[in-house]
Amino acid sequence: MKLLIPNPGLDKRIHTYDDLERMDREQAEDRPKWDNKAQYILTCVGFCIGIGNVWRFPYLCQSHGGGAFLIPYLILLVLEGLPLLFMEFAIGQRMRKGSVEVWRDINPYLTGIGIASMLVSLLIGLYYNTLIAWIVWYLFNSFQSPLPWTQCPLNENQTGYIAECQQSSTVDYFYYRVTLNTSTSISDSGGIHWPVVVCLLVAWTVIGLCYIRGISSSGKAVYVTAILPYIVLAIFLVRGLTLKGALAGIKYLFTPDVEELIKPTTWLDAGAQVFYAFSLAWGGLISFSSYNPVHNNCKRDAMILTAITGCTSVYAAMVTYTIIGFRATDKYEQCISDNIQTLINAFDLPEINITADNYDEALKYLNSTYTDIVMGLDVIPCDMQRLLSEGVEGTGLAFIVFTEAITKMPGSPIWSVLFFVMLLCLGLSTLIGNIEGVVVPIRDLGLFPKTWPQEALTAVTCGVAFVITLLFAQHSGFYWVTLFDNFAGSVPLLCIGLFEMISVVYIYGVDRFNEDIKFMIGSKPGLYWQVTWRCTSPLIILVILVFYLVIQAQEQLTYLVWDPSSEQFPVLDSVPYPSWINAVIFLLAGIPSLTMPIYALCRLLYVYLKKKSIQ
Amino acid sequence: MLEKLLILLFASNVLAQVCMPDAPEAYKVRLSIKTALGDQAYTWNDNELYLFRATLAFAMRNYLSGQLFDVSNILVCNETERVSFWFMVKSVTNPTTLIEKQHVENAIKESRHRINSAFLLTDQTLEFLGILPTLASPFVPATPPWLIAFGVVMGVVGAGIVYFLVAAVVQRKRKKTLDEEEEAKGATENEIAGENLDGIYNTSFSDDEKVTEM
Repeated sequence: MKLLIPNPGLDKRIHTYDDLERMDREQAEDRPKWDNKAQYILTCVGFCIGIGNVWRFPYLCQSHGGGAFLIPYLILLVLEGLPLLFMEFAIGQRMRKGSVEVWRDINPYLTGIGIASMLVSLLIGLYYNTLIAWIVWYLFNSFQSPLPWTQCPLNENQTGYIAECQQSSTVDYFYYRVTLNTSTSISDSGGIHWPVVVCLLVAWTVIGLCYIRGISSSGKAVYVTAILPYIVLAIFLVRGLTLKGALAGIKYLFTPDVEELIKPTTWLDAGAQVFYAFSLAWGGLISFSSYNPVHNNCKRDAMILTAITGCTSVYAAMVTYTIIGFRATDKYEQCISDNIQTLINAFDLPEINITADNYDEALKYLNSTYTDIVMGLDVIPCDMQRLLSEGVEGTGLAFIVFTEAITKMPGSPIWSVLFFVMLLCLGLSTLIGNIEGVVVPIRDLGLFPKTWPQEALTAVTCGVAFVITLLFAQHSGFYWVTLFDNFAGSVPLLCIGLFEMISVVYIYGVDRFNEDIKFMIGSKPGLYWQVTWRCTSPLIILVILVFYLVIQAQEQLTYLVWDPSSEQFPVLDSVPYPSWINAVIFLLAGIPSLTMPIYALCRLLYVYLKKKSIQ
Repeated sequence: MLEKLLILLFASNVLAQVCMPDAPEAYKVRLSIKTALGDQAYTWNDNELYLFRATLAFAMRNYLSGQLFDVSNILVCNETERVSFWFMVKSVTNPTTLIEKQHVENAIKESRHRINSAFLLTDQTLEFLGILPTLASPFVPATPPWLIAFGVVMGVVGAGIVYFLVAAVVQRKRKKTLDEEEEAKGATENEIAGENLDGIYNTSFSDDEKVTEM
């Protein structure tokens, strides 16, 4: 299929095969290089496996039919993630440039794709590091026994606990009040909360230190940050399986609900998750693979990485759900014993009459004989399914559900430290890839003077980013992070991925691309890759994008607030966004997505005006 | 008429000394022995009740110093299988009157820990309905531990950054002196091997600056 947009001057802009051979032989390139293959693979694994694997995937799995969700996830992993991954690896290795220069070399009008990648990486990096700052805060607070989120502070006259803590729970209070000091709405900024500022400082200096010499320093750091999470997950798996109720959690996770497969939202969520999990379109992967030797087998790397990502997601989901099962079982038993206490107190029965085993029959008997009295009591129905499904997504999982479960394990400070160190490593390794996707394009675009060493670039980037993230240190910071999470990391990634595929296949030319891959790894990509690159993957991305936009446009935008004065407290209240948020959403999602067409148009205009002025 | 009044007075005196649930001076007590002690729970019997009355007398003695309360001053009634009952406290000085609720409450609050320990129970398992359990204030260490952890981490990170920056500066200085030496060496070599200048790709003059220390 000879559908190719004419692309004059392409050969002058990119390295020829002879150039590549010479560079490979003489090692005379001025680009950084990986110390060994293991560093490269670990960096990519660390980049792809992030905090989202621990707290986004298990939630999606459980809310979309448990074990059945694995089917759309794995299908889309192979149909959508793998082709795009191989393409990014191959194009980076071939062009041997950062993400902006790669697209500029393919065609100067496509530079917008690289710029968009950089903007998306920047926006995501900002809120991602805020999450890491919160994790750092919890980590620092884990070095004490009892853990600070097990206790409520007393109120002024020492007669009881603070009302906010009493009505919700100690973990909720510690998260929303002590850590974040959340205001009641996104418009109410309420000033800066200094513990978060301190933790942001720590987070940015740590990532600055890891990346201070570019990949030669971060390549050493990933030995720890990419491997440690797996070790900690193994420890938690063993600990989790020995807890009571773990199997209930795993059973809940993997109980397939085949009807969910028919719903389109399941496939949509699976597609978006694949995209986000693989860190595609962030620009970092192109950069990383450009430091590889010319004849590195990038096809095998892509397949290895896909397999590792898929397996790790399932593995992390299993570990998470053993802990959730334990917590739900504990809460269920607590609920039952509270109800038993209420009943025997009301009817003055001896304690041995009602136990956990005969609770149901006793309740039924009492309800039928003394219906009025039982109605007047506060007997809350204990529902195991509800307990298993509550509060399991995103920040709520790590900072509320997990911390609560940890307080019930013996030796809780150790488990808390381990858990937050694992989250920290997961976040740092992703952030390394993120920062690569920001610093390298900024340097390639010429925004920094060429004489500056790598250390200065890293320092300036981290410093500026720290100042910008003070936005998230406000009392309304939690709402801003959620906003960024929902909008900066969804639509723009899909758009950029789509443009990338179309550019490589139809502007660079898929035949030329096949030849490049044959030159690099020795064999042309097979039929599977041809079909997916040319039609299947772009089509899937387009469908997901269109459906996503349609669904978003129909709903009124709401967000969840922590409002002690609302009626539903402690359940988060759903409140519509103020109208000025639409401008912010456009900045977050619209500008990166539209950068490519806008840049192309601007360049067209510039070239046209130049031609006219010459004439 | 006078006899009727006398009988009424006598009756009310007797009644005042008989324990009644929901009386203004009575407290309800509830023990959850099985919940607290599990397998090691003791059975509640009259002896345990005697111990309870004795500890309560002890509490009243401590609170109202000088007045020697005795087991007979503590009246108990309405025992149930739950192990709950009502009690009232008779005054020492005036055996026909009862001690007010507030005084009883204060006495119990003062000696709560001793009463609990006598029965191996806690504030939650030995409940005096109406008297709130004393809340243990949360444990607040002198230096917040997170500050210590923060100091350690920032110290390590700061040391790392300083090390890298110093190493970079030292390396750059060393490279500069090396470049200058190479240039001087290359100039002398050129004077010696005069004819072979052209056509040799002299690597000592190759662009070292391109290989940045990344």
